[in-house]
Amino acid sequence: MSPQTLAQPAASPAAAPTTTPLTGAVATLQALVAEGVDTIFGYPGGAIIPIYDALYDFQPELNHVLVRHEQGGIHAAQGYARSSGRVGVALATSGPGATNLVTGLADAMIDSTPLVCITGQVFAHLLGTDAFQETDIINITTPVTKWNYQVTRAEEIPEALAKAFYIARSGRPGPVLVDITKNAQMQTFDAPAYERCTHIRSYRPAPVVRKEYIEQAAALINSAKRPFILWGQGVVLGKAEQEFKEFVEKSGIPAAWTILGVGALATGHPLNVGMLGMHGNYGPNVLTNECDVLIAIGMRFDDRVTGRLDKYAKQAQVVHLDIDPTEIDKNVKTTVPVWGDCKETLPLLTALVERKAHPEWLARFNDYTAQEVDAVIREELFPTSEELTMGEVMQQLNEITGGEAVIVSDVGQHQMVACRYALQNQSRSHVTSGGLGTMGFALPAAIGAKFGAPHRPVVAIIGDGGVQMTIQELGTIMQTGVDVKIIILNNQFLGMVRQWQELFHQRRYSFVDIQSPDFVTVAAGYRIAGQRVDDRAELRPALEKMLAHPGSFLLEVMVTKENNIFPMVPQGCSVAEIRLR
Amino acid sequence: MSQDQAARQEYNITAYTENQVGLLNRIAIIFSRRKINIESLNVSPSEIEGIHRFNIVIVETEEVVEKLAKQIEKQVEVLKVYYNTNADVIWQEMALYKVPTDVIAEKVLVERLLRENGARAVVIRKGYTVFETTGHREETDNLIKALQPYGLIEFVRSARIAIIKASDGFHRKLQEFERREPSEEVAENEFLNDREQVFTM
Repeated sequence: MSPQTLAQPAASPAAAPTTTPLTGAVATLQALVAEGVDTIFGYPGGAIIPIYDALYDFQPELNHVLVRHEQGGIHAAQGYARSSGRVGVALATSGPGATNLVTGLADAMIDSTPLVCITGQVFAHLLGTDAFQETDIINITTPVTKWNYQVTRAEEIPEALAKAFYIARSGRPGPVLVDITKNAQMQTFDAPAYERCTHIRSYRPAPVVRKEYIEQAAALINSAKRPFILWGQGVVLGKAEQEFKEFVEKSGIPAAWTILGVGALATGHPLNVGMLGMHGNYGPNVLTNECDVLIAIGMRFDDRVTGRLDKYAKQAQVVHLDIDPTEIDKNVKTTVPVWGDCKETLPLLTALVERKAHPEWLARFNDYTAQEVDAVIREELFPTSEELTMGEVMQQLNEITGGEAVIVSDVGQHQMVACRYALQNQSRSHVTSGGLGTMGFALPAAIGAKFGAPHRPVVAIIGDGGVQMTIQELGTIMQTGVDVKIIILNNQFLGMVRQWQELFHQRRYSFVDIQSPDFVTVAAGYRIAGQRVDDRAELRPALEKMLAHPGSFLLEVMVTKENNIFPMVPQGCSVAEIRLR
Repeated sequence: MSQDQAARQEYNITAYTENQVGLLNRIAIIFSRRKINIESLNVSPSEIEGIHRFNIVIVETEEVVEKLAKQIEKQVEVLKVYYNTNADVIWQEMALYKVPTDVIAEKVLVERLLRENGARAVVIRKGYTVFETTGHREETDNLIKALQPYGLIEFVRSARIAIIKASDGFHRKLQEFERREPSEEVAENEFLNDREQVFTM
């Protein structure tokens, strides 16, 4: 296809706006300001020097956080987006700077996180010549971006960025990358007044809601004897927490959450019956295969939620509310699809459902909870063993914060513990890498989360493996002085893999025995206060000290080495085959 | 699996898109991600200036094709995607054959062969002649087999192009796309509209 600019026949050249001569670099930063950006996470380099040069004059309106690695930059932007509900922005140079963004883009893509990443690129006339620090980042990132675009002329910048922000934040959000060649950053052009993008003819982010499906869904729900709600991050992304709560409370239906949906309905709500999935709660998993109507809201039936698909909720009629039509029927065949923004569809549905309670059905969830408490939870949260457990750290933390903190968890056993046991009073209180399972996510994401929610305490929960993947971001904490509390739950193993090796590979512990540095000393090297806890008696005072400490703090807690996360739906098993031990 | 195999057939995917650098790759990887081979791919202008039309042929089950079609349509610069079986489309492929001119000149049999296959001479040079046929795969294939013994020098076949029998074009649809509030009929849930089982009380 022939090269073409972004120009589309749409829009209106109504009154010719006055233009200002600007460099592409200044136009880029003006676009960020016009889009309401206040914080950007980045790392300079040769091909993005002109933008950094212009950035010098944009202080303090564009707060630039200098990270220690571009992967840290994009994870921080993700944390910012997730805690604030706004678009995260990351800046990187060409070549290795750009490729270091790829893991974060993939993570943001699968977790629907709105990001705009701006990368520098070599001069347009050098494209395709293997120039220094040239990499084809557009093609590398195509599978992991909602949209990407290469700018080679300064004139394209305002429209490209306007589209980037619009696409990133609208519909099902996602990451967008704009690659700007160095000549485009340096060129001066006559810039028109910045216009935000509100329409792209080939892109329909918010579909028209079909009333007949709402009516069918309501009829089905009203006829149900054992209805069950599954909700996901769609409720959070749609900013529909209140609409969701009203739906749940009026219909009286027990509701369970996916890992990214956590907190959209407070963990203490009587109809919140717990977490779905491989390490979710007992009742929600077992009763998925006993409900008669399954109402899925803003979730995508991930394999970690469904277990074996051909034995998943086969008895149930399924209502699926989702903004993304590709999710309808993708994994689970839907009886009634309710395609649309749940902020719009939920109130329509609430209006038509009957006000009900399902006491007997709800009691069954509570029975399973009681069994789970006896078999797993009590010992995890209030252990009688000598060694510390991950669960008791969460329990103590809950008691101190009362569920008001933003929890940022990494990936592995501690993540499951954090998700299962953290109290969450409000939405956007748990930032974690759900779909991609990116170890090393939490430390940089916590930095971003704090910038996104500066008035809330931010506590990162990280394993001894994951923290070593992005530990350099302690430098970012040191330099910015951002107040992030870091809890390392150290079991001296890559615990989740070890658990699988124990359960499914005859305890052949192949390369999961990981050594760690003295984390408290490492933190001290970065001038970050810290403490190590080995003993139960020290735990509570240490947590209190950490939370009261002015500024960031690293708390390393030595926990029992070979604890397993239960319940567990083993891979290839049905959700009803969930194991308590 | 065997049932799946049985349900696999050729599908013609038609996508109306913006004309944008990189979109070809964005569409192609939707197939390669699932390790699905694209049997034929043609990108061309459509009935509307500035709107491109992709014709893609794959062999798959309808269930998979529907998911692929939805994922293609989800791309920002794709306006609309249809998928059709061969019965639902009029399709053609073009083929060019280069053969030695002396053989053509001398062997009457070859001349008849070309007539029977509806081939047309595009160019005749001293050393070689280029014939062209247009038709279905079997038709263009037949002529290769027939020409092979006479020293077929070169052969090339184009991708498939297909017109959807039931389509009334894209003009009216495009007008809807350009509106900010689309009418209900272009509400984009055509995939949802023809559901087999819809719950009714």
